Amino acid sequence: MPERVLMKGNEAVGEAAIQAGCRYFFGYPITPQNEVPEYMARRLPEVGGVYLQAESEVAAINMVYGAAGAGVRVMTSSSSPGISLMQEGISYICGAELPCVIVNMVRGGPGLGSIQPAQSDYFQATKGGGHGDYRLIVLAPSSLQEIFDLMGLAFPLAEKYRNPVMILGDGVLGQMMEPVVLPDEPAQAPPPPPWATTGCQGRRPNVINSLYIEADACEAHNRRLQAKYDEIARKEVRYEALNTSDAEVVLVAYGSVARVCHSAMELARAEGIKVGLFRPITLWPFPSQALAQIAAGTGETGVAGASGTAGAPGRGDSPGPAFLTVEMSAGGQMVEDVRLAVNGLRPVHFYGRSGGVVPTPHEVLEQIRALRKAVAA
Amino acid sequence: MRQIFGRPASLTDVPMHYCPGCTHGIIHRLVAEVMDELGIREKTIGIASVGCSVFAYEYFNCDMQQASHGRAPAVATGIKRVWPDRVVFTYQGDGDLASIGAGEIVHAAARGENITVIFVNNAVYGMTGGQMAPTTLLGQKTTTTPLGREARRNGMPVRVVELLSQLDGPAYLARVSVHNPKMVNTAKRAIRAAFQAQLDGRGFSLVEVLSTCPTNWGLTPVEALKWLEDNMIPYYPLGEVRTPSSASRQAGVPAAASTATAPTPAAFGATGTAPATRGKEGE
Ligand SMILES: Cc1ncc(C[n+]2csc(CCOP(=O)(O)OP(=O)(O)O)c2C)c(N)n1
Ligand code: SF4
Ligand SMILES: [Mg+2]
Repeated sequence: MPERVLMKGNEAVGEAAIQAGCRYFFGYPITPQNEVPEYMARRLPEVGGVYLQAESEVAAINMVYGAAGAGVRVMTSSSSPGISLMQEGISYICGAELPCVIVNMVRGGPGLGSIQPAQSDYFQATKGGGHGDYRLIVLAPSSLQEIFDLMGLAFPLAEKYRNPVMILGDGVLGQMMEPVVLPDEPAQAPPPPPWATTGCQGRRPNVINSLYIEADACEAHNRRLQAKYDEIARKEVRYEALNTSDAEVVLVAYGSVARVCHSAMELARAEGIKVGLFRPITLWPFPSQALAQIAAGTGETGVAGASGTAGAPGRGDSPGPAFLTVEMSAGGQMVEDVRLAVNGLRPVHFYGRSGGVVPTPHEVLEQIRALRKAVAA
Repeated sequence: MRQIFGRPASLTDVPMHYCPGCTHGIIHRLVAEVMDELGIREKTIGIASVGCSVFAYEYFNCDMQQASHGRAPAVATGIKRVWPDRVVFTYQGDGDLASIGAGEIVHAAARGENITVIFVNNAVYGMTGGQMAPTTLLGQKTTTTPLGREARRNGMPVRVVELLSQLDGPAYLARVSVHNPKMVNTAKRAIRAAFQAQLDGRGFSLVEVLSTCPTNWGLTPVEALKWLEDNMIPYYPLGEVRTPSSASRQAGVPAAASTATAPTPAAFGATGTAPATRGKEGE
């Protein structure tokens, strides 16, 4: 019998990381993710790991850099202002191609903002965030179970591509309680890779570095990085598409807002409005192609992992749906990627709450009704 | 024939890029000789910082990581927590360590992090072209203090060793110079003591090395050595401020209250035992 445990989201992040073989955590307190470091401070010593409270997020991410370069599974966790402080370090980690996992339990901004849930760090997470041409793989769980699934995926992905993976959550996910099924077997971290700085006994010295002082060399490095990002974009897209094949309106949402939209979809269907839900699981790479297919009326329904397609066939000859992107963001951030994917083929609308306000299913339902009325008029 | 002067095994054969008369090269050599003598090259991980010594990762013949500006002590902490039985050192300039990285160095020292820091104080930002550093002396002209550093406008220079000596974490703190052969020998002894403290698990060790930047000081190499002796040493007295025995501390155990009093550097050599409160004005 798999073990079912009731947990809080932030604790799930910690336990999932430990189950995924992570033994090193460096962080700095910030609401609403404090239970992550607190959990790690308690649990990591039990499993022979290291928890260290850094003097700042700047120090924390650079400790992660050092430990990742030393060849182990390492992570940090923070919330928006702290993640902003980490950006230089994240850029170095990408430049030096080090694997690690960074959790952002997003809160309201800008500035000190609020401590309630938000999704207003989407641009920062998916478009680079710090300086230079780089990408993070960004995973957006929408349940505690999925935190486990994606954390289990995050470390191997980070190692495979030698690139940081960001888990983009929010305060709702961090604070909610849900039962989870723990993995049957905890994962084992692989031995330190051959490039890690472990001491050069019996080999030539290793160097962890992001400096390419000659312009040509730096461009060559960038070309290599871009080729890697292209490969990730081809192979690692993940999303969930529900009821999209007959939908007149497809909601697009990620993370905890996708749950709100799921309820809104059910309310709408109960009223006879054909609503679907498209939930990106990888925010980068963004599932553009799948969305484009839905817009063109050829999309499929189901869960697609690692760039596969799944589920029921497309709608045949009927036109694609209108899209309603719902985010905890004032102006909308992911909606820009939705528009790029849909590319003018179908209308893309936006509804957002911000500053820590979570939209309700009924609010979303209102938007769906209004949209329908507008189309009919 | 016996070779009496050669390249230490802990240095690569990559030609160093330092300006003529720059003492960064001497300090690299001292660190490498100590690594050779202690037989630790194959278990050492060094961290290059951002400054003229950024390419240290090409010069030290051991595993190296290059850190962002000021964060080398945090990177070192990450590595040391993963490999506590390896030797981890940082090599940092004064802008890197005492300005942008002031937070990281203070907290690594406060934690008694078992790493060694080689801190190269040349009273200027060398790499970026000679701007004021936190260690620039009063009256010293730099590109951003064209009339000379002035206390009211630019604040006072920072004495890092004395600052860190207020903490219980460090096991070894010393300031040395490399402006003449005798001082070079003393500097090497201090660097060796610092690495030894780490090998003995005593905690944080730092050696501040007064260094020249003839290029940005606008002096010839020989004039620069003289300028260092005449101007820097009076403000930055040489000596050991903390040793594992003076600290009377076990690894990881806070020092006794007596060690937290204001430090009087114990002299290595004859120079600079009397701390001056002001650097020379009007340079
Ligand atoms: C975040 C950041 N800010 C500024 C710089 C530019 N910068 C490079 S080296 C340097 C000063 C280095 O001076 P110091 O540490 O004294 O080393 P030196 O060159 O004198 O040996 C600065 C400000 C940088 N690389 N990164
Ligand atoms: S600029 Fe100054 S510190 Fe840098 S290499 Fe030249 S002399 Fe040395
Ligand atoms: Mg300097």
